[in-house]
Amino acid sequence: MISGILIFNQKGENLIFRSFRSDCRPRLADIFRIQVISNSQVRSPILTLGSTTFSHTRHENIYLVAVTKSNANAALVFEFLERLRSLGKAYFNKFDEESVKNNFVLVYELLDEILDFGYPQNTETESLKTYITTEGVRSERKMPEDTSKITMQATGAQSWRRADIKHRKNEAFVDVIEDVNLLLSSSGTVLRADVNGQIVMRAYLSGTPECKFGLNDRLTLGEDNIAPPTNNRLGTKATRAAAGSVALEDCQFHQCVKLGKFDAERIITFVPPDGEFELMRYRATENINLPFKVHAIVNEVNKSKVNYSIAIRANYAQKLFATNVVVRIPTPLNTARITERVSQGKAKYEPEQNNIVWKVQRFSGGAEVILNAEATLTSMTNYKAWSRPPISMSFSLLMFTSSGLLVRYLKVFEKNNYSSVKWVRYMTRAGNYEIR
Amino acid sequence: MTMSNNDMVALFPDIVACMTIESLEIKKMCFLYLVNYARAKPEVALKALPVLLSDMDDQNPLVRALALRTISYIHVREFVQGTVTPLRKLLKDNDPYVRKTAAFCVAKLYDHDQGLVENSDLIGLLNQMLRDPNPTVVSSALASLMDIWERSENIKLTIDYASASKIVQIMPDCSEWGQTYILEALMNYVPQETSEASILAERISPRLSHTNSSVVLTCIRVILYLMNYIDDQKVITSLCNKLSPPLVTLLSKGPEIQYLALRNAILILQRRPEILRNDIRVFFCKYNDPIYVKVTKLELIFMLATETNIKEVLTELREYATEIDPDFVRKSVRAIGKLAIKIEPAARQCINVLLDLVATKVTYIVQEATVVFRNIFRKYPNQYESVIGTLCEHLDSLDEPEAKAAMIWVIGQYADRIENSDELLEDFLFTFADEPVEVQLALLTATVKLFVQRPSKGQALVPKVLKWATEETDNPDLRDRGFMYWRLLSSDLQTQDANTARLIVMGDKPPITAESEKLEAATLEEMCLTVGTLATIYLKPVNQVFRSARPRKLQESPALQKSQLPTHQEEVDVRKQMAELQLATSNQTSLGGGNMLTSPDGGVGQNTHSLSAALDAADMYFSDQPGGFPNSQNQPQTAFGGDNRPAGSLMD
Repeated sequence: MISGILIFNQKGENLIFRSFRSDCRPRLADIFRIQVISNSQVRSPILTLGSTTFSHTRHENIYLVAVTKSNANAALVFEFLERLRSLGKAYFNKFDEESVKNNFVLVYELLDEILDFGYPQNTETESLKTYITTEGVRSERKMPEDTSKITMQATGAQSWRRADIKHRKNEAFVDVIEDVNLLLSSSGTVLRADVNGQIVMRAYLSGTPECKFGLNDRLTLGEDNIAPPTNNRLGTKATRAAAGSVALEDCQFHQCVKLGKFDAERIITFVPPDGEFELMRYRATENINLPFKVHAIVNEVNKSKVNYSIAIRANYAQKLFATNVVVRIPTPLNTARITERVSQGKAKYEPEQNNIVWKVQRFSGGAEVILNAEATLTSMTNYKAWSRPPISMSFSLLMFTSSGLLVRYLKVFEKNNYSSVKWVRYMTRAGNYEIR
Repeated sequence: MTMSNNDMVALFPDIVACMTIESLEIKKMCFLYLVNYARAKPEVALKALPVLLSDMDDQNPLVRALALRTISYIHVREFVQGTVTPLRKLLKDNDPYVRKTAAFCVAKLYDHDQGLVENSDLIGLLNQMLRDPNPTVVSSALASLMDIWERSENIKLTIDYASASKIVQIMPDCSEWGQTYILEALMNYVPQETSEASILAERISPRLSHTNSSVVLTCIRVILYLMNYIDDQKVITSLCNKLSPPLVTLLSKGPEIQYLALRNAILILQRRPEILRNDIRVFFCKYNDPIYVKVTKLELIFMLATETNIKEVLTELREYATEIDPDFVRKSVRAIGKLAIKIEPAARQCINVLLDLVATKVTYIVQEATVVFRNIFRKYPNQYESVIGTLCEHLDSLDEPEAKAAMIWVIGQYADRIENSDELLEDFLFTFADEPVEVQLALLTATVKLFVQRPSKGQALVPKVLKWATEETDNPDLRDRGFMYWRLLSSDLQTQDANTARLIVMGDKPPITAESEKLEAATLEEMCLTVGTLATIYLKPVNQVFRSARPRKLQESPALQKSQLPTHQEEVDVRKQMAELQLATSNQTSLGGGNMLTSPDGGVGQNTHSLSAALDAADMYFSDQPGGFPNSQNQPQTAFGGDNRPAGSLMD
């Protein structure tokens, strides 16, 4: 398993070095610095030298490195580094060189707690915060029953929740956030369209509430719809959509969700952690409602001129509107001048990015906007083909889900039987919304 | 400790004095210091031993666990020996947090001193912990046992069905890491009945929806493993259907996890092609994917391409070939060429795309395309010759040895159909002395080919080149080949029969395939037992990457479906091939055995399967042949032409 955890800054200075096994020697830090940080040829997050493997991720301006010997479980190593990152964020707000240097005692303390002999232990922020605190020297000598409560939680089945939480107002907020990925060919055919969705919940509920969460009337998961013959797919799809169902390719849940129950009965039940957490992540590839239709014509007229004509149409109900719509239109590297005309919003040429950036603050449903632009190019001595990066779009659109997913209900059962208030919000954002 | 370069070891006595301060934070820092410096000054460290021992009796479970954790990190004999007695007590502590720390502590002691642990009852106590009421303690004990097993010769870890189903039952109550440990432990369970395997696979399958990718990938590993013991095809199909979506979902994680998932997809695809069959689009690259993700996706696209989706794939690959990263562009071009070889009906389409790309005149695209075309000509001799004209237009942009050699090969091979082949060759020969050996060899062969096919055009060049190759070079390969050609040509002159040289120089070449990156059956079988580990990134046998790692093997059991294993299927294939070979050679010998150097198609030399199996089969065959020429028969004909290069794997 993991032999040591190292943290470096961008210059390659070793900020944290914690070894968990005797085979993780200090000189490994130099090896990593030489072989990875100062080697621009490195193209993989994993480097094996002899029997030592360095697995690293970058975050802000630091490198998080795990050293392993032998054939370790790579998925576990990277998930752990990811968890370390989110723990760092939860503890220090921002996990960067500055905060590591300012809190290095705490970082060591955390590492000692979340890894034992290189095996990840309890990494739940909620329970860790009960016994590893940022408040510095505090009155110690907790009562024995206090500490045993802590240890029970750290090893128990619900390590993510304290037992004695009280809120004056019992509320739960559910955010359904979808990232639509679209890849449109230059001829306008959809090469790929899928949705990565997540359901984020902020729960402020007292006691030990058991929640039950209901999605569309009919929820089909990838494997379910393999049985029916595929010849009539279009027809069945239409009827399914009408019946208020949603077809998810796959979904993943926070560890509080009882997976066995979901597998058998398709019911999502869980005891939520207090505060914000990601309840569920899902993927959908069928019946995607694309919020924007883009029609782009990019015409390289000759070596000194490129013409753009881009039309975007909003494909959602009139009462909705998208905000922060930004379209980035790449221009050739030798662009000298851009003249542009837009029917709505503002377009500006950003030479340092080689982009025309077109912003529309408020994009109502059903509307269509058009950009016409002409790029004048300087002549170059050696003509080099332009790689033509895709046109990309970003936006956010409230009360709309591309997959058609809906939250039907959220029920909270608690032995005190209090009433709780629940809020649901939907948002669709652009993931990789690209037009070639 | 690492914040400055000052050596802090001098402060040791002061730190030891601080250890008794009644603050958990200070204690923790002192202990950390102790762990770091104890080996440097064991005699000072010993003073801290009483503190640790008394802390292990503390009321506060956190302190007890902390002291135990600390003492077991210290690789000093007195500490190690001092741990055993308190550890035995703490393994039965009434606090689960202490118990799970104690469980890992056994593995730590084993790391320090194997004999000490083996001669004590600690392993037995650890085994008893598997019945602990607290799931976290059970999973920790399992992880500890696995750790010990990994490094031990004497300790065996076997899990029977009853314990397997018990740990599966408590799994939902474990932390995500605990679930991973339990799943890893399940790899040591050998199903005795096929129904056991299917029940267990069914029961762990909900884990595939877990958000932690190590749970998901390890679960995939276990299910793939259990499938080897399941005979019902329906169950297998249904499990396969379950594996596909989670694998694809991992692609929405961070790039590192994506990379890992993709590398594993390459592996799984070879073992169970049905799993990812319908999903080619999800592997299309995003513009901002890191390069390592892109390259791996490219490989998967190549593997999943079929006659039905080839159009889509080619549009996609064509797009990649115009991107900025030269390395990626080259690989895309190479992939297109390999597709032409892999999917015969689509060859024309692929070639058109390649010609399109050559027209961009970007030098590295042209060079890569040239190499690829050479392979296409190898696969489809005497077809698509119209391409040669286009290639000849771009001779000037070739500066890499491989591309040059490829072009020269094409010129030599088609010398009789390229009008000005002699002039083209002469151009290349102009710099003969400065070229790398690879190109020199190609030039030598091509010149001889030219002469054999068009004696009038080649007669001026051949003596010149042979002279260079034999007299003015230091390279033994080049010289030897030069001499061989020389003898061959002169013996032809003596016998007045130009055919021998022609037969040898222009002989039929064995066909090439694009499947060269396939793993050997035995490797594939082993790798599937390590899904999600580091070795899968490299896709090489575990022991090749990590020499000390424990080799894994599918364990025998009445339920093992031997006929479905890759190694078994390979054996069948080799037998079949040998039968064909026998047929082919007996035909040849009846023809008089004239071209001894032309190895039969599909011969032993170039098949991609396990060499040892093939060699065994070959031995068997040759022992049946009276007399014969075993050695020359088995020699790849291409020792002369330098033509038996495999089609170059995508990853090279």
